[in-house]
Amino acid sequence: MIPTIPSSRSFRLIYGGYVLLFFLYLALPLTVVAVFAFNDSQFPSLPWEGFTWNWFFGDTRPQIGVFHERGILRAVGTSGFVAACVALLSVSVGTTNAFLFNRYEFRGKGALYVLMLLPLVVPGIVLGISILVFSSTLANGMWDLAQMDIQALRPGLLLVILGQFSFITTIATLVITARLQKFDRTLEDAALNLGATRLTAVRTITIPFLMPAMIGAVVVAFLMSFENFNTTLMLVGSDAPLTIAMFDRLKEGSTPLLNAVSLLLMLGSSLLALVVILFQRR
Amino acid sequence: MRLHARIGFILLLTPLVLWLGLLIVIPHIDMLLISLRERISFGVYETSTTHYQKALTEPLYLRTFWRTAVMSVLATAITLLIAFPVAYYIAKMAKGRLQQVLFMLCLIPFYVSELVRTFGWMILLRETGLISNLLQWAGLADQPVEMLYTDAAMMVGLVYTSMLFMVVPLVTTLESLDDSVVEAGYDLGGNGLSVLREIIIPHAMPGIVSGCIVVFMLSLGNYLTPTMLGGKDSLWFTEMIYNQFIVRSNWELGATFGFMLLVLSSVIVWGMLRLTGRTLQETMG
Repeated sequence: MIPTIPSSRSFRLIYGGYVLLFFLYLALPLTVVAVFAFNDSQFPSLPWEGFTWNWFFGDTRPQIGVFHERGILRAVGTSGFVAACVALLSVSVGTTNAFLFNRYEFRGKGALYVLMLLPLVVPGIVLGISILVFSSTLANGMWDLAQMDIQALRPGLLLVILGQFSFITTIATLVITARLQKFDRTLEDAALNLGATRLTAVRTITIPFLMPAMIGAVVVAFLMSFENFNTTLMLVGSDAPLTIAMFDRLKEGSTPLLNAVSLLLMLGSSLLALVVILFQRR
Repeated sequence: MRLHARIGFILLLTPLVLWLGLLIVIPHIDMLLISLRERISFGVYETSTTHYQKALTEPLYLRTFWRTAVMSVLATAITLLIAFPVAYYIAKMAKGRLQQVLFMLCLIPFYVSELVRTFGWMILLRETGLISNLLQWAGLADQPVEMLYTDAAMMVGLVYTSMLFMVVPLVTTLESLDDSVVEAGYDLGGNGLSVLREIIIPHAMPGIVSGCIVVFMLSLGNYLTPTMLGGKDSLWFTEMIYNQFIVRSNWELGATFGFMLLVLSSVIVWGMLRLTGRTLQETMG
């Protein structure tokens, strides 16, 4: 079952065909979404009514395109803001975590490491409701104590950011730790020998070494936040990020507008992914 | 210098402790406490296990709970069966450039939001959808076929959504299998089946375990796919949590459900690790 072992022609044909079918299965839903973004009809389904750009650039009813649809544009802005905050926060904490686990030996390190991994195996919805419950306990407590109504602790963008941060940080930590483990500590010692302080050595030697992993982690965190649904669903307030806004529209019935948004999302995330791959090659 | 190291340690420990304490540990404890209280009257609560009793005796809740668990196991098994030959092909049969391209192709669909993927399946499977039209065109059906809102449609979506998380760990472990070991198996008189059973699968076990854990977790915690593709009868446990929290505002019962889901997933993950003698650290880290 490896190329060097002879196998029958029919076996190879069937195997190759199976793999081909698999990739068709992977591509099918995405292709369909992309193609129907150009259908000149109210519904993203057959019959094909002809080609149109209206679902992108149209500005008259009933075919209002993505770039003229206020609700969608606002949701994209909200998602972008949330994703930027989450990426920044989770990569910062991920970096300090990586240094902690890499450089220090302390009691309970193993247990803390396992605890750090747990957010990955907690279902997203449960993460969401636990944070919802705790923040409202806090908010109610503040009200009882001091008659203060803290809006930030009610469902809204802050909770969405914290909820996504709570598990994306684990991924950022893993990515950055993996790179830090490959770092040659003697390079830092050399810098110290040459008269640098510890902080300068870390800033000028270690951080640049970590940079590819940190940028990779920023992009991954941004994408994961942008696409997150489960945790966000439980914590969202009146400002809906894009996935929630699209979900609400999808429940009411879909128009090719959603296909157009989806196609732009696909292009955007592939572009980001490509940038990371090129960056890491260099 | 000692003092220096100590300050550095505390500075690095603080963010970690704040993150895990305030966003993971305390919220889960709070959720447990909420699930264990009963509302007597306005603003008056008592500790009781009444919600757990209700959750464990009410047939609808119990049925949904087990259904979700069994369907998630099924989805995991199907994903593994579909992914394994593909992962093996990428890791061992394809060489050089083709290998890289196939691996990248596997990743692309997952840069796209789950919502878009589910939407794609809706377009394909609905009554006016592509597959229904194709069947009519081919003469296999004489009227539109509704394939959406069934367990099968939901299964297709679940398997599709988590495919990547099975393929990637499998490819990684299978790549590390030395060709000469497989050749040795054949030299010693093994055939395709016995080599697969005695050499390839045991070697791929770490990848199989971590793939299965992640896929199971994702299926169990999925909300979107069962809601959009599943039928009226295929209520998912996450939908019940959502309904209690957002629609009914019964947080106590919702927290109870949430805790049950957490326990179920922890037990199954722990069981899988136990069965294969691995630790969470090796599997995730």
